Amino acid sequence: MHGLSFDVAHLLAGSLVLLSFMLLYQDRLYALLNVFALQASVLALSVAWQAYAQGAPHLYVTAAIALVFKAIVIPVALHRIVAKLGIHREVETVVGIGPTMLAGMALVALSLVVMLRAAAIADPLAREDVAFALSVVLLGLLMMITRQNAVSQVVGFMSLENGLILAAAGAKGMPLVVEISVAFSVLVAFIVIGVFLFRIRERFDTVDVEALDRFRGGRRR
Amino acid sequence: MTLPPVDGVTVVLALPAATAAVLTLLPGYRLSAALNVLSALVTLVAACSLLAWKPEPGPFILVDELNIVFIVLNTFVGFTTSVFSATYIAHELEIGRLTLVHLRFYHAMYQILLFAMNLALLANNIGLMWVAIELATLTTVLMVGIYRTHEAIEAAWKYFILGSVGIALALFGTILVYMAAQPVVGEGQDGMIWTVLMTRVSAFDPALLDVAFVFLLLGYGTKVGLAPLHAWLPDAHAEGPTPISAVLSGLLLNVALYAVLRFKLLLAANPAAIAPGPLMAVMGLASLVFAGLMLYRRDDIKRLFAYSSIEHMGIIAFAFGMGGPLANFAGLLHMTMHSLTKSAIFFTVGHIAQVKGTQKIAEIRGLTVTHPALGWCLVAGVVAIAGLPPLGIFMSEFLVVTSTFARAPLLAVVLVAGLLVAFGALLYHLTGFAFGEPKGSTAPVRASFVPILAHLGLVLAAGIWLPPPLVAWFQHVASLLR
Repeated sequence: MHGLSFDVAHLLAGSLVLLSFMLLYQDRLYALLNVFALQASVLALSVAWQAYAQGAPHLYVTAAIALVFKAIVIPVALHRIVAKLGIHREVETVVGIGPTMLAGMALVALSLVVMLRAAAIADPLAREDVAFALSVVLLGLLMMITRQNAVSQVVGFMSLENGLILAAAGAKGMPLVVEISVAFSVLVAFIVIGVFLFRIRERFDTVDVEALDRFRGGRRR
Repeated sequence: MTLPPVDGVTVVLALPAATAAVLTLLPGYRLSAALNVLSALVTLVAACSLLAWKPEPGPFILVDELNIVFIVLNTFVGFTTSVFSATYIAHELEIGRLTLVHLRFYHAMYQILLFAMNLALLANNIGLMWVAIELATLTTVLMVGIYRTHEAIEAAWKYFILGSVGIALALFGTILVYMAAQPVVGEGQDGMIWTVLMTRVSAFDPALLDVAFVFLLLGYGTKVGLAPLHAWLPDAHAEGPTPISAVLSGLLLNVALYAVLRFKLLLAANPAAIAPGPLMAVMGLASLVFAGLMLYRRDDIKRLFAYSSIEHMGIIAFAFGMGGPLANFAGLLHMTMHSLTKSAIFFTVGHIAQVKGTQKIAEIRGLTVTHPALGWCLVAGVVAIAGLPPLGIFMSEFLVVTSTFARAPLLAVVLVAGLLVAFGALLYHLTGFAFGEPKGSTAPVRASFVPILAHLGLVLAAGIWLPPPLVAWFQHVASLLR
């Protein structure tokens, strides 16, 4: 039984990392949102499995929140925002897909090396979970850095939060307060983002490098 | 059944939250500005009452010698800023930059921000502290974007993205701390409570704690504005309303620093974990040197002082990173002095930018001729922040430098170089806007000098004579910080 529960948790957490990679190479916004919805559903499954394996019923709440908000409500809302505001359907990248994927692999290797060693004394399930979670967090970060338009940065941020929830669910007996607050803060964050998205109509250069370039260009002239 | 007695902690937390709710409903700006000031004043009094009487630490709330310093400073600057904000906002309303609806929102957000910062400082639970800092971040994001200009929204967006990433990394660190605690403390709430963690930390797994601290330092360090994670800070300071710049620089950076300090204490109590000090010292020194160099080529006056905040947070982080009673004492003193001086400068700059109608340094010239009172206040503020005697920052910087020379002379050379670079930049700009060819509007200005003079007066007094009880208090806290 222990072997099975371990394997299933492993499989689900591993698929989360895989889906993070899939997010990295999407070049159309709608496809990006669909992959994100899929990732959130897998997260919900993974958290539900943790709830079952740890015998911690409160984790089912976290799983339900992930499923309802992140897999359904938010992707649908973002779909509508993209359509309504007439945002470019293509994902603009700062760095090409190839180098991004390579960097992603390096980050996953890094997080596995760091976490498997650091968490050597934790029980194997929590250890593997937290290693995968760090991979998802770092891949989300990478996505935020390499994307230019606001919607795909938001998706990057939310996939980063998926990694955090995976880690929180994996840490045995972590108080519910925190999980709810994570979910809640995602919601609040989303409201904020929504407000911003309504105000920002056009593509938006948020990467610092861009602003710097404009600044320097102005000076040379 | 008896009602629980009203203690300082309840007031410090409940009053700002309740005031925020009332302020969202109040229509007129005069009344809401007055209520804002009054509520901040009562909060300050309640915070001072905590000095005399501390409640027992509970599962969520903790008042000890360390955070009481931060709380008193936080509520004091919160109060003076609300006084400044009343005049500032009246002018913004007059020129139509803000509407009444925005103002309601602004006042409510101001109180929520105070609530969130107080909660972060008082929290005994690392999860609760994280939630509070996240709330403070979100409210300031909204306030930075309140003018809705293209620049303001871009600044708010950048702040939001970088702040969220920082806060996410901090949460990951928090989870790792819990994972390190769980085998020792057991499952459940105990694994997140400071007072429990502090007593049991020596048995935690050091490897996990090390990784956790790296995440916490990067995460909360983003909020402190330490290089290389400071990119949000200058924009957020420059584009938002000036009272928010004052609160950001004077308070929110301190709150994030407080979080880092708490975790530093946790690591220092575990003999097998890495020493957290050197990491902080390196980041602090890098911020100091970097911001010092960046100060020269600024063209926006609020951005200039935002970079100066990065510089000073660097000095403070460096001092706490060096550790030891003297450096910690200097760090605490410097933090207090910087909060007071920087918010006084932002008050002055806010009025100047309003009367001149611009934040461009090139357009702000000869202030001591056009607006003598404001001009000389700015001169005093810049002289203080640059670290000239006899003001308080000179003393704290002097202490940081001497304690570093005694222990790590090479680092002290870098430190002094950074301080001198920043000093030169500030004086270079000061000669321009204080004594240059007068330029721009000479219209008389309705300014609130009381908060400015109160802050500068305290900084001057501290530079000349520190009361012995205050010294003893800070020394005690410094010894707790290791």
